Amino acid sequence: MIVDLPSSTTSAVNRKLVELRESGGVLALGRVLTLVIVTDDGGSIEGAIEAANSASREHPCRVIVLARGQRRAAPRLDAQIRVGGDAGASEVIVLRGYGQLADDEAGAAMVIPLLLPDAPIVAWWPGEAPAVPSRDAVGLLAQRRITDALSARNPLRAFEQRRANHVAGDTDLTWTRLTSWRALLATALDAPPHEAVTAATVVGEAVSPSTDLLAGWLAVRLNARVKRSPAKSGPGLVSVRLDRPSGPVELVRPDGRVGTLSQPGQPDRLVALARREVRDCLAEELRRLDPDEIYGAALAGVALVTRGRAPVRTPSPAAGS
Amino acid sequence: MRTAPWINPLRDPRDKRLPRIAGPCGLVIFGVTGDLSRKKLMPAIYDLANRGLLPPGFALTGFARRDWATQDFGQVVYEAVQQHARTPFRQTVWDRLAEGFRFVPGSFDDDHAFDRLEETVRDLDRVRGTGGNHAFYLSIPPSAFPVVCKQLARSGLSAQSGDQWRRVVIEKPFGHDLASARELNAIVNDVFPEDSVFRIDHYLGKETVQNILAMRFANQLFEPIWNSHYVDHVQITMAEDIGLGGRAGYYDGIGAARDVIQNHLLQLLAFTAMEEPVSFSSAELRTEKVKILNATKLVGPLEETTARGQYAGGWQGGELVCGLTQEEGFDPASTTETFAAITCEVDTRRWAGVPFYLRTGKRLGRRVTEIAVIFKRAPHLPFDATMTEELGQNAFVIRVQPDEGVTMRFGSKVPGSQMEVRDVTMDFGYGTSFTEASPEAYERLILDVLLGEPSLFPVNEEVERSWEILDPVLEDWAARESGPNPYPAGSWGPASSNAMLARTGRSWRRP
Repeated sequence: MIVDLPSSTTSAVNRKLVELRESGGVLALGRVLTLVIVTDDGGSIEGAIEAANSASREHPCRVIVLARGQRRAAPRLDAQIRVGGDAGASEVIVLRGYGQLADDEAGAAMVIPLLLPDAPIVAWWPGEAPAVPSRDAVGLLAQRRITDALSARNPLRAFEQRRANHVAGDTDLTWTRLTSWRALLATALDAPPHEAVTAATVVGEAVSPSTDLLAGWLAVRLNARVKRSPAKSGPGLVSVRLDRPSGPVELVRPDGRVGTLSQPGQPDRLVALARREVRDCLAEELRRLDPDEIYGAALAGVALVTRGRAPVRTPSPAAGS
Repeated sequence: MRTAPWINPLRDPRDKRLPRIAGPCGLVIFGVTGDLSRKKLMPAIYDLANRGLLPPGFALTGFARRDWATQDFGQVVYEAVQQHARTPFRQTVWDRLAEGFRFVPGSFDDDHAFDRLEETVRDLDRVRGTGGNHAFYLSIPPSAFPVVCKQLARSGLSAQSGDQWRRVVIEKPFGHDLASARELNAIVNDVFPEDSVFRIDHYLGKETVQNILAMRFANQLFEPIWNSHYVDHVQITMAEDIGLGGRAGYYDGIGAARDVIQNHLLQLLAFTAMEEPVSFSSAELRTEKVKILNATKLVGPLEETTARGQYAGGWQGGELVCGLTQEEGFDPASTTETFAAITCEVDTRRWAGVPFYLRTGKRLGRRVTEIAVIFKRAPHLPFDATMTEELGQNAFVIRVQPDEGVTMRFGSKVPGSQMEVRDVTMDFGYGTSFTEASPEAYERLILDVLLGEPSLFPVNEEVERSWEILDPVLEDWAARESGPNPYPAGSWGPASSNAMLARTGRSWRRP
């Protein structure tokens, strides 16, 4: 069900929520968190809401979408409440603020009365994020701040801002997208021979914050020289190579879909390694509400990485070995 | 198992995102044409692959008496995955998984077939890099265990060397009484050491069951009242609304007590009653579970504290169903019980005097599994009797399935000018939303087998102890002249089950 409340106020929205609960009787109360989505008014809203609804099946939550409308307009708040089938396992409140209500402070003030009592607050900027999320008006309300450097207009600049302004509680989806890579690499080192990694090489697109971040993570964890080189071809992160005395462990994904893991003395193995969708990333983010120290360390580790200039050619896509 | 103290530099306890992926390994399923294999195991394996939790190069080998080539087997798995998998179908994931499929035709007494299986497994180590690590899933009747175990030993498939592991997974029933369970354990342990034996009790893979431990030991709210000072009694129910059509071969002569109480219900009792383990390591958890099972015994006299029934035909939920004795394949004079209820007590300081009522049955009112902890009445009520006429006992109910969650029942004032108190319930329904995203029990259990993580699998000590608890009931029932009491399909069991509680002034909760 979708209820529109044009030219409204947050107390009217709250009243309507209680009314819907009493008349419908279906709204679950067992919510575990409030997710605040901050975005510009436009087409991107629906994609973000869909991702949040999908994540809400794992983490029942109240979703508040703060859509900043035209700044050069008379101040007005258009609210919309979505419950039931239109909201997954969540309830969605869309707040479209115009004029002065499109400002950050006014936006945060609209969010405060709608927050669930005593439940954690997560802020998510699916598109452009503030330079310092932890000092943003909405960011100040939240325990966890999720950004996505890759969807910013200038990913590299956004990533630089993340590195410069990181505080505990911030995470970026460029980090979440690496989880399956990190898991495969860690698992490869779990098995014998248990040798130290002497050097590592990470290759990826020139503009790929995830590639930089993975190199940073390896640099911090391995205490070895880590080199980051641009790839000749291939999207995003293309390959990782960990050198060990017995030979290198290599994970190569030339086409953005299927990876090949090779280790000395073992046959090459193919592994599905598609780029993760935003809703999967969001569900993973909401699984933990404490600061991600490993991410913080990986961001700091980017400074330790050696930069290679020469583009690296990727081995041709493995043809089903 | 690992001797050298090796610390993987890429792992960190604070790094909670990193899932544990199984190391290089393969799984061999015996009885791959069965229902369980198609409806649960194959979909679970695909779902694991889709979540990225299986190792690259994972191999799945089927063994059955079918004239199939590997492609035919692949087609069977494909259909099973399409129909029953929980996660969406992705071609790239499927392609990688399907590369590791193998099929070996043959019967269990055929030496050549097992030699071919051994060659296949060895070939997988070479081509797929499974590293000599293989699990054997025996999805077959227990009568076939001895011959399969013998064959695994003879062909060298069960031999483990160095860092390599071989594990065996077995399903219930783990015997039909203490003696047969011991015999079965001896046969399996003859070939596989106990730490390589994984007994699947799929209830233990369910999120809600694991949540019992979180609920009890992570909260300050419940533990202080979790004892005989406050708890009046505990009811553990597993009810099914379906009948036994088509399952005569397995069920006739076995009955509800052996099928459900011995494993699922006594395990749920152990989780409900156990003391806090020192840590959540599998050894500590088992220690506590075995302790509580050792303290559990039946309450007598058995003719008054147990009940058994058999469903009769009738209208159930708008459908005309037949009684057990008319079901295809069952002996028309069958005395197999389809409803069983027993009374246990746990002889510890915490639980002295608190009866635990366990019941299970087929063709009952609805499908539900729950643990209900019923509390004593408040010792003094400052109300007069008319004010609290409608007030029952407080209850804390863990709904295991379906609609996973927790219900609490307590008294509340009826709105109005008079002081009247009646029962209200408060539902916590984490389940309603999280089941869709939460893994199937089999996913969790198969992954734990491949990881060698034994905490969710009962050890043979638990199995044998459970039989020891239940055996006197089975003997008593077998010795009695009268058979099980008939009960109409769709009801909550025979009258004798109500009488069993009524003798102490209690009654079953309607779940």
